[in-house]
Amino acid sequence: MARAIVNMPAQAKRGEVIEIKTLAAHPMETGFRRTQLGTLIPRDIIRRFVCTYNGAEIFRVDLHPAMAANPLIAFATVATESGTIAFQWVGDNGYTVTETASIRVE
Amino acid sequence: MSFRFGVRPGLALAAAAACILPEFIDVGTAAAAEIPLAERRSGYDLMTRETRAMQDDDAANPAVFWLLDGEALWNRKAGAAGRACSDCHGDARASMKGVAARHPAFDTAARRPVNLEQRINLCRTGRQKAPPLAFESRDLLALTAYVARQSRGLPINIAIDSRNKPFFDAGREAFHRRQGQLNLACAQCHDDNWGKRLAGSAIPQAHPTGYPLYRLEWQGLGSLERRLRNCLTGMRAQAPDFGDAELVDLELFLMWRAREMKVETPAVRP
Amino acid sequence: MTTRREFLVLACGAASITAATSARAQLDPNQAALRRAALQEAVRKVTGGAPVGRGRVKLELPPLVDNGNAVPLSVAVESPMTAADHVKAIHVFTEKNPQPYVLSAYLGPRTARAHLATRIRIADTGTVTAIAQLSDGTFWSDSAEVVVTLSACLEEGLI
Repeated sequence: MARAIVNMPAQAKRGEVIEIKTLAAHPMETGFRRTQLGTLIPRDIIRRFVCTYNGAEIFRVDLHPAMAANPLIAFATVATESGTIAFQWVGDNGYTVTETASIRVE
Repeated sequence: MSFRFGVRPGLALAAAAACILPEFIDVGTAAAAEIPLAERRSGYDLMTRETRAMQDDDAANPAVFWLLDGEALWNRKAGAAGRACSDCHGDARASMKGVAARHPAFDTAARRPVNLEQRINLCRTGRQKAPPLAFESRDLLALTAYVARQSRGLPINIAIDSRNKPFFDAGREAFHRRQGQLNLACAQCHDDNWGKRLAGSAIPQAHPTGYPLYRLEWQGLGSLERRLRNCLTGMRAQAPDFGDAELVDLELFLMWRAREMKVETPAVRP
Repeated sequence: MTTRREFLVLACGAASITAATSARAQLDPNQAALRRAALQEAVRKVTGGAPVGRGRVKLELPPLVDNGNAVPLSVAVESPMTAADHVKAIHVFTEKNPQPYVLSAYLGPRTARAHLATRIRIADTGTVTAIAQLSDGTFWSDSAEVVVTLSACLEEGLI
């Protein structure tokens, strides 16, 4: 089952700023909603998103229930060297998803 | 004219009029003028720039998760026959092109039009010998979205012939019929008052160009039938069950009403 | 003269407006005050009481949302994003949600551009605030007013 999608260029020039768009499949249940019978639906959200570039952290977000379902996180970075950009989402109930993308930098 | 004691004159007159002139009532409900073909607009046009961008950008449209699941299901063997959709239909990108654009379509065995979800289940039970997928289940939504996605950009292609005309007529009548506690007909909002606002929401013309779609209110992907039932519940009318003939007839009418408009699946809507 | 048809549409609309305004009315003055206090406390936790300047931050939200469940948001901060001068963090808060935090993003020189885009949930019409923390220890902010309405026809409960 598809859990997360990453969109970024596969190659770039050294020093070029690249845009990265990520999308995670997650209901981001706030913990404030109730069923028709009045039962509180327990919170279930992604709490943290981390992006590393060849191991070095380049961007991190702490998420709260006010983030929409199936969260989109779009940001930028500078292409420094070829290698792997890794993405990790961690959340409630043991949720953890990782994705990687290769980038070739000339 | 003498009136029975206790009967208000107005009521008796109206009753008399109803008996003498039944056509009067029919004219009342059919007076809602259909939108001229050239003035038809997709709900897409009523959304903010950002929500439209969400639909247009595959990297930002959450429907992509259902599409990926649908693709996986398309290739997965299922049922006693041990067949995948791809075993008979090959690459969906080629074989499913145009299919969603012409559904609901008449099915000879069922002797009535069926929508895309029902068509998929007919294949599952008849060809794959697998149990049907539940309406509004994740798997059925994913598969329907994946198949319908292959018609994106194509014009809706519904023609009314002698076989589907009775069902089309039933759907058209349902669209114009006042129903529910609010005594509202679909046409009153969607033919007569589209573009105006109901509370804070813009009223669309209600063309099902993008189903199954990601609805922000649902925070997930859903079918046209879910949306129709949602509307009927909002009107305080009885919503038919998923797959009910009444709903499929209405779908047929709505798709005909949207003929030649481009398929947008998977759309994003508020 | 209002025709019967117009009256029905207005009545349906009025019912929805009543629902929307009663959602605001549910946020009684005590509740609103509590949430505003929670927002100020959250901001104070981030800034440590330091002054927050207006400017350098650009927060963009649609003025009238299509749906409060997914409101597109983008925030950008003017900064060269060098090791000596960069944005360390961007925090976003709402005024009327049950709790004020939305997100905290942590950046560095390698982030290259101090901007991010996402979608957030906003429960009710009000202000959204973004606060940027710079590497020199200063804080800058921007805010945006957003109008949120309820969907005209709601589904019954959860499916």
